[in-house]
Amino acid sequence: MCLAIPGKVEQITNDGDARMGRVNFGGVVKNVCLDYVPDVVVGDYTIVHVGFALSKIDEQSALETLELFRTMGALDEELATEEEAFARAANAPQSPCPDGSCELTGRNLRTDPAKTESNQ
Amino acid sequence: MPNNDAPDFSNWNCPLPLRDYPTIVMGHGGGGKLGNELVEHLFLPAFRNPALEHLGDAAVFEPGPGRLAMSTDSFVVQPLFFPGGSIGDLAVNGTVNDLAVSGADPKFLSASFILEEGFPLPQLAAVVKAMADAAAMAGVHIVTGDTKVVEHGHGDGCYINTAGVGVLRPGINVGPSHARVGDVVLVSGTIGDHGMAIMSVREGLEFESQIRSDCAALNGMIADVLDAVGPSVHAMRDPTRGGLASTLNEIASASDIGIEINETKLPVRSEVQSACELLGLDPVYVANEGKAVFFVAPKAADRALEVLLQHPLGRDAARIGVVTPQHPRMLVARTAMGSNRLIATQIGEQLPRIC
Amino acid sequence: MKYLTEFRNGEIAQRMAREIRQVVTRPWRIMEICGGQTHSIIRNGIDQMLPPGIEMIHGPGCPVCVTPLALIDKALAIAAQPGVIFCSFGDMLRVPGTDADLFQIKGLGGDVRVVYSPLDAVELAAKNPGKQVVFFGVGFETTAPANAMSVHLAKRRGLKNFSLLVSHVLVPPAIEAIMSSPENRVQAFLAAGHVCSVMGYWEYPPLADKFEIPIVVTGFEPLDLLDGIRRAIIQLEKGEHHVENAYERIVTYAGNLEAQKLLAEVFEPTDRTWRGIGVIPRSGWRLNDNYREFDAEERFQISGIHTEESPLCKAGDVLRGAIKPAECPAFGKECTPRHPLGATMVSSEGACAAYFNYGRFLSAEELAGGGVAYAQ
Repeated sequence: MCLAIPGKVEQITNDGDARMGRVNFGGVVKNVCLDYVPDVVVGDYTIVHVGFALSKIDEQSALETLELFRTMGALDEELATEEEAFARAANAPQSPCPDGSCELTGRNLRTDPAKTESNQ
Repeated sequence: MPNNDAPDFSNWNCPLPLRDYPTIVMGHGGGGKLGNELVEHLFLPAFRNPALEHLGDAAVFEPGPGRLAMSTDSFVVQPLFFPGGSIGDLAVNGTVNDLAVSGADPKFLSASFILEEGFPLPQLAAVVKAMADAAAMAGVHIVTGDTKVVEHGHGDGCYINTAGVGVLRPGINVGPSHARVGDVVLVSGTIGDHGMAIMSVREGLEFESQIRSDCAALNGMIADVLDAVGPSVHAMRDPTRGGLASTLNEIASASDIGIEINETKLPVRSEVQSACELLGLDPVYVANEGKAVFFVAPKAADRALEVLLQHPLGRDAARIGVVTPQHPRMLVARTAMGSNRLIATQIGEQLPRIC
Repeated sequence: MKYLTEFRNGEIAQRMAREIRQVVTRPWRIMEICGGQTHSIIRNGIDQMLPPGIEMIHGPGCPVCVTPLALIDKALAIAAQPGVIFCSFGDMLRVPGTDADLFQIKGLGGDVRVVYSPLDAVELAAKNPGKQVVFFGVGFETTAPANAMSVHLAKRRGLKNFSLLVSHVLVPPAIEAIMSSPENRVQAFLAAGHVCSVMGYWEYPPLADKFEIPIVVTGFEPLDLLDGIRRAIIQLEKGEHHVENAYERIVTYAGNLEAQKLLAEVFEPTDRTWRGIGVIPRSGWRLNDNYREFDAEERFQISGIHTEESPLCKAGDVLRGAIKPAECPAFGKECTPRHPLGATMVSSEGACAAYFNYGRFLSAEELAGGGVAYAQ
């Protein structure tokens, strides 16, 4: 329905039966069938479900969507009255790290030593 | 299928008279000439120590003053060799770690093998070497053992049981039921490495990646922590099968307290995270073999974390949560969204999902 | 992971939730069709971030959950046969049939294997000519191209020992059935992004018009879901009802034409029984005459199965969105993931499993614990 993951196509081969690609999912590489995405070339990102690429990821569209998301909820702070803004902030779910020291963008941690409160 | 850690058995110089039998035969478990040859030419040279060399029916040793702790574990991992380790490493480190997290200084191990007829001798040698290296690294001696052989088809090549004895540190009283409200929860490093390393090799689900098992002996790192903040450590565990989630749930139940962790603070290698995404697994449920969790009194938490970060096995240590009186016996995670979700005790093995 | 992690940014999510609170003036009820969406909503607490009055109704988009019990019993019977290698996705392993599940069949000696892709099953067939390899093809339109390709390749390679046990279901007929039901409470839909990556979304405007409901195609990450919910609410507030694509980086109007071509070559529409819901006309796919020989139901004529649903199980009500899992009397008591009465409690996309595993039987306050003072 369901679990489809984005990955980057690194290599394409035609092994007789099917058009296969080596796709890199954040460091994990798997062989994927590319028969359903004939226009995908090396370097493209694609979404993969049970070993099959289903669609090329439109990177421009992805960036535009993210840009749009970043602007959301920001304007209203200026439009609201001070009381409203204060009430909203007080009721809004707290960010886990008010000082911003933790990574809110996800759990990926490089293998470099972790930055923690005690060694910042 | 690339496996950078595929062991190279060609280097092992098989000593006479073992060369006469390139694979394990029933006689090796019989206690007769063949069995003795195995001890003399394989186990003894590998594990060399005074207690073992006596070759008595029982090992005799002086553990030193203090109360004793004892632990045992059996190892049945498949495949036997995987990126980052082997059944041999697990067999030694697993028991060493169980003793270490109990507050004991591990000293002496037994090693019992159940081998399948036909198991190649070079592979056994590689396993034994791994055990010897791990024991040396951990500073423990393997002082007694046993070998049995079962007919072909009745075993998975090699099963190992190890039991270990250690001496309890005076003044240390840790246990899963000793966690207290306000305790800080620390983890010594990245989670999910071992389970995903195994997944990457096991039949049916193969990936080309650099995920390596984190299998390691933790007694040195734990000793450093206890040296620094000993009495402030209330509970310690090494999260193996079932992952961090199972261990924290167990402690929550045993101590009758709630635990709240911050999901964004959990250290996870990016490749492990990616592999979990691909398989629909949650790293908190994936096995580890070289990590420890600590429940530390708040005033000592910073110091404990500092000590961990200075140890080679604790470079990625992190403060991940606290003990709370709320939601007793349950583990709750704060998500990146700022919402909260339960991390339930896992039922059985986590299955990869697609849909 | 690129194009995944960015859409999980918690800070942006909280701001989007604030934006939604700005727009809402009345209660609304939105159904997310797909189990993957349900899972993501519950796991990430998206429902907790929405203003009170916005209710997410969980849809029947869990193909494992809607596979009829009779078909599961047939699968178990086939898997138990000697000489059969039975392959399925991990999901199916613990779904309870009348008397057992695949995991138990495996324990009793059945050769049951979890595979990542149907292509793995085809390879098994090629490597084991003496065995019958059966793949349990359960899924919505997202999975159908993979299954189609597998039988297509099997046919091309002349593999006589490969067959597919098909349980494919389709989203648009499900929407139709839900909206046509007298007990319907749904006012807007979040359509499934990956289904639409295959099929496009040209099937949805007629539904939006007929039932006068907004339909928004969304992805599965928190930001995607929040955006979809936001768009649906904006339409509802304005009294509009059209189809929107909120997953533009993946989904196009026409969908994947290559995939649709092969789907037409391999499958044909058929009536399907949805467990807990009943027969929905032309709501599924089966192998057509070109590929009938690969149909496992035809190859293994299984008869004499005694099929019986648990009288306590209310999965059907959950799948129709009539009740929330925690409202089922058996939830957490007779029915848990360890002893599931129905598929919704054991499938990882099932709503009951999501509620149980993520603690939706606790109130938000109970889950909140000590709050910021305790959280680090």
